[in-house]
Amino acid sequence: MIEYLVPILAGTLPAATPLVLAGLGELVTERAGVLNLGVEGMMLMGAIAGFACAATTGTGVAGALIAGAIGGAAGSAIFAVLAVWLAANQAASGIALTIFGTGLSAFIGQHFVSYSLPGLQPVNLPLLSGLPLLGPVLFHQDPVVYFTLALFAAVSWILARTRVGLVLRAVGEAPEAAHALGYPVLWIRTLAVLAGGALTGMAGAYLSTVYTPLWVQNMTAGRGWIAVALVVFAAWKPGRLLLGAWLFGGVTILQLQAQGLGIALPSQLMSALPYLATIVALVLMSRKQRLLQTSVPAALGKPYLPGA
Amino acid sequence: MSLLEPRPAPSQWMRLLSPLLACVLTLFGGAILFWLLGHNPVLAFRVFFIDPLNSANGLSEWLLKASPLILIAQGLAVGFRARVYNIGAEGQLIAGATLAGGVALWLDGSGNPLVAHITLPLMIVAGAVGGGLWGALPALLKTRFRADETLTTLMLTYIASLGLAWLVNGPWRDPNGMNFPQTILFSDKALFPLLFEGLRVNASVFITLFAIVGFWFFNARSFLSYQLTVAGQAPHAARYAGFSGARTVWFSLVISGMCAGLAGVGEVAGPVGQLNLNLSPGYGFAAIIVAYLGRLNPIGIVVSGLLMALIYLGGEAAQVTLQLPSAITGLFQGMLLFFLLGADVLVDFRLRRPRRHPA
Amino acid sequence: MSIPRLELLNISKRYPTVVANDDISLAVAPGEIHAILGENGAGKSTLMKIIYGAVTPDSGSISFNGKEVAIANPAAARALGIGMVFQHFSLFESLTVVENIALTLGGRQDMKSLGRRVSEVSQRYGLPIDPARLVHHLSVGERQRVEIVRCLLQNPQLLILDEPTSVLTPQAVRQLFHTLRRLADEGVSLLYISHKLHEIRDLCHSATVLQSGRVTGTVDPTRESPQSLARLMIGRDLPVCSAPPYQGVIRPRLEISGLSLTPDDPFAPSLKDIRLTLSAGEIIGIAGVSGNGQAELLAALSGETTVAPEAIRLDGRPIGHYHAGRRRKIGLGFVPEERLGRGAAANLSLGDNSLLTAHRRGLVRHGLIDHKAVRAFAAAVIARFDVRGASPASAARRLSGGNLQKFIVGREVAQNPQVMIVAQPTWGVDVGAAVFLRQTLLDLARSGVAILVVSEELEELFEICDRIAVMADGRLSEAIPTRETDSEKIGLMMAGAQEPASNEEVPHVPA
Repeated sequence: MIEYLVPILAGTLPAATPLVLAGLGELVTERAGVLNLGVEGMMLMGAIAGFACAATTGTGVAGALIAGAIGGAAGSAIFAVLAVWLAANQAASGIALTIFGTGLSAFIGQHFVSYSLPGLQPVNLPLLSGLPLLGPVLFHQDPVVYFTLALFAAVSWILARTRVGLVLRAVGEAPEAAHALGYPVLWIRTLAVLAGGALTGMAGAYLSTVYTPLWVQNMTAGRGWIAVALVVFAAWKPGRLLLGAWLFGGVTILQLQAQGLGIALPSQLMSALPYLATIVALVLMSRKQRLLQTSVPAALGKPYLPGA
Repeated sequence: MSLLEPRPAPSQWMRLLSPLLACVLTLFGGAILFWLLGHNPVLAFRVFFIDPLNSANGLSEWLLKASPLILIAQGLAVGFRARVYNIGAEGQLIAGATLAGGVALWLDGSGNPLVAHITLPLMIVAGAVGGGLWGALPALLKTRFRADETLTTLMLTYIASLGLAWLVNGPWRDPNGMNFPQTILFSDKALFPLLFEGLRVNASVFITLFAIVGFWFFNARSFLSYQLTVAGQAPHAARYAGFSGARTVWFSLVISGMCAGLAGVGEVAGPVGQLNLNLSPGYGFAAIIVAYLGRLNPIGIVVSGLLMALIYLGGEAAQVTLQLPSAITGLFQGMLLFFLLGADVLVDFRLRRPRRHPA
Repeated sequence: MSIPRLELLNISKRYPTVVANDDISLAVAPGEIHAILGENGAGKSTLMKIIYGAVTPDSGSISFNGKEVAIANPAAARALGIGMVFQHFSLFESLTVVENIALTLGGRQDMKSLGRRVSEVSQRYGLPIDPARLVHHLSVGERQRVEIVRCLLQNPQLLILDEPTSVLTPQAVRQLFHTLRRLADEGVSLLYISHKLHEIRDLCHSATVLQSGRVTGTVDPTRESPQSLARLMIGRDLPVCSAPPYQGVIRPRLEISGLSLTPDDPFAPSLKDIRLTLSAGEIIGIAGVSGNGQAELLAALSGETTVAPEAIRLDGRPIGHYHAGRRRKIGLGFVPEERLGRGAAANLSLGDNSLLTAHRRGLVRHGLIDHKAVRAFAAAVIARFDVRGASPASAARRLSGGNLQKFIVGREVAQNPQVMIVAQPTWGVDVGAAVFLRQTLLDLARSGVAILVVSEELEELFEICDRIAVMADGRLSEAIPTRETDSEKIGLMMAGAQEPASNEEVPHVPA
């Protein structure tokens, strides 16, 4: 059993990494009161930007992540113009972004179909990686996994403990009150949307250049939508988001390791597992109405224009 | 300070003008795109929007693509008016097509002439049932568990396409198909009759025509449609009036699922003629744009559906003639919806006039 | 006279459909409590927003301590030393008191030392609050204290209070006035916005009266009578309603017994064993500080929330499990507090808004709408209930508060209800429409209909109700005949359970 458990657990962290990044991006966005359903589109824009950068320049994964962040942020900038500055329907704007991002990534990606990249080798953290079980699971991962965890800690800290975080939460709670206090609500929301887009784009770039370093059209395969669901599952709390992402990472890996575990279901049906798990997660959250209603940003999804 | 100020009342003119404005802006965006790609924009537009309609075959293909788009969008519009965001019509299309395809496979090879007569009608029923069920699931999840329908309909889309992938790779695979993930080609009794010899447009367009008239009447006269509108515009007023919220959700999702499922039948019993993994070039998603661009209005949707079909045809033509990836269709679709949402702001707002007394 | 703290000269502000402020001038001295008096829609709020920098005037000038200033935004106003306590509180629900205050003060704040300053100021001015509590656990009275303390921490020279007493009991009003007088003694100028004549005569040193955006007088309120102030405010004497005694048979129509409810909203109070019997021909008023369960009670009575069948009976029939449509069908009319969005859909025409509740009156046949009948119904309501400047095709959002309320009340009355429930019948309505609405309810009651009115305006309840019950912390008191009580006693009952209410909340444990 242990020989299957180690690869499953070790695979969970990288599988969860895109979900952590994208989920964190969406969490920041939603905490500012903006519902961006374009995560899937931004992720694909980040994925192709990162892939193209890695394939055509020599900047490696670091360059790819930066390019991915820029790609995702570019997508979110379009969204911000519509949903923040023009007060357009947020749900529809996000869906438009997903359609656009899917089209754009496929359009650019046409040049890179079946092109593959070297990816990244895991690094051993000195001493720790030698630990039994925990060593290979936690301390023998690619650098982006560690970088993501550090980023996660930083963003959670900013949200909870700093003035920037306080203002962001205030804007997501009551934009008209924040405006009355003189805070530039639209700019704050724009920055949150852009930061969310950058994190989401990075998630895409990780996926296309490290996790499966090979260009496939629509390679995110719904992970962006799962990230949106994760934010609900997390009740807008970063700690729960991390746990949720690991859970889903585990489900993804489980599906890949199913044959080794002697599960005889056809691979297509096993592949449906993460989507099914998403629905189950949403259903389970229905028992937690109180938690959801006390933690949902009060102005989430409501367009706001000062003086309107 | 914001550049916009609210109008005293929403502008009915802008409501009609904004789709036109969006189309014009998309054309501009497209021209820039073609120019960036090194093509003469005028020539490219000819290839994209004019040439496809130059022949009888072109017109037939146009209708063939517009029909499912219009049919799905009619159903989606009912829900969108009630703010029930079914964005998984693609999955409902696949579910309908799969069930209808299953019926075709099941009845295939029977020599009974009665079976031959009822195959297509049964497939139509199966398509509506399949799509309707796939829409009913998120309705159940929403009314019973408050699970957001945007997410569940989309997750179910992935599940539907994986389910289909399993069937055409496994139990339903054509044994003589060289391991391609597809079923056998359906026999004529499981296909819609063609309208004109040599052209692919078939009798499934009558389902769409019927739906257009039906939805127009429903929209113009029925009390239920009014209730859905109130539920969308003022949910508290709907509750105050005693309109059932659960019924709104169920009706919206099931009716849009059925329309998508029927569109799926139109594909498997039409141009595709079998079950395979390329049943739909994203009709279920494109129909979302069609519905909004058509102002959620049954007649408007006919116009926007024809336009969207043209974008599909243009994308194919651009691939052949200009060697551009057909994914350009997706780009145009995204741009169109972006511009529409942007232009729609002018329905409720107008540009702020410069102040006479600068502060 | 010394240099005024604040001086407005010829301020005007026009909106597309209305002139909100027309050539307004006024001056406030240091330490002066200056009232801005006017009825709803007179332009008071716009004027205050101009002073606070939230709205830019079209013309006119503002001087502060003798210097002409341009107040571009609220932050600029605060920098000058202008603080504002809003009518609808501008607090962030999910943040703590001290976080809310830190947001106002700007700059880097050490939460611990700020918390100490908050406690200090709140004690000095008799405004006790706990800086560490989450705002959504506070009662409305406590929230107002937070708003005031928040302003005081910025050492304001001018404090604007917008209808501050609408959420307070008479006793709490006295406490507030005490604090305000103390501030004035310390040299702070106060702008006190209100439409309540007796409060202004109690508290203020001078008053500027507005009517339809213009100044109609600047007076010393202590030397005026309520009648003379009213004449300045509405241009004529305050009209009164006539309440003849009920002549018909008295029998119970609506019986509420053992109604308990825990609402979905985690911040809303639970209803605890509500009992009340409403008889034909009478109007019972429910008084109380908002947020004590009135909204939940109304939803349970209207059928927007369903409850146990026996908890509510109409003419003896258990209807607790009926939804709103079914209750209306058997004669229960309801006018909610929120007119746009609940009582009417903002973008729909008055015709379509008739359909909302009156669809059973022959407006729908076989599931199809009879558009002609709809227009006729709406036109009849518009004519009978004096809805001005509207036709069946007008969108609901284009109507003024008073006219829309007349339409909604009219739509419900036209369906011949047996029992009528009305929330805040005249909230935000001009005086003329308010009198018309009150008289409509009185006439309806005297025709044998049982009426329940929920209102935050005690004076209104005393004017039209036969009995008054008080809602506090989800409990409803017995209904006391209006003749046997007064606002002082009702005020004590309103306060009764108010403070413990906030402590009883189950603390929220994050997962």
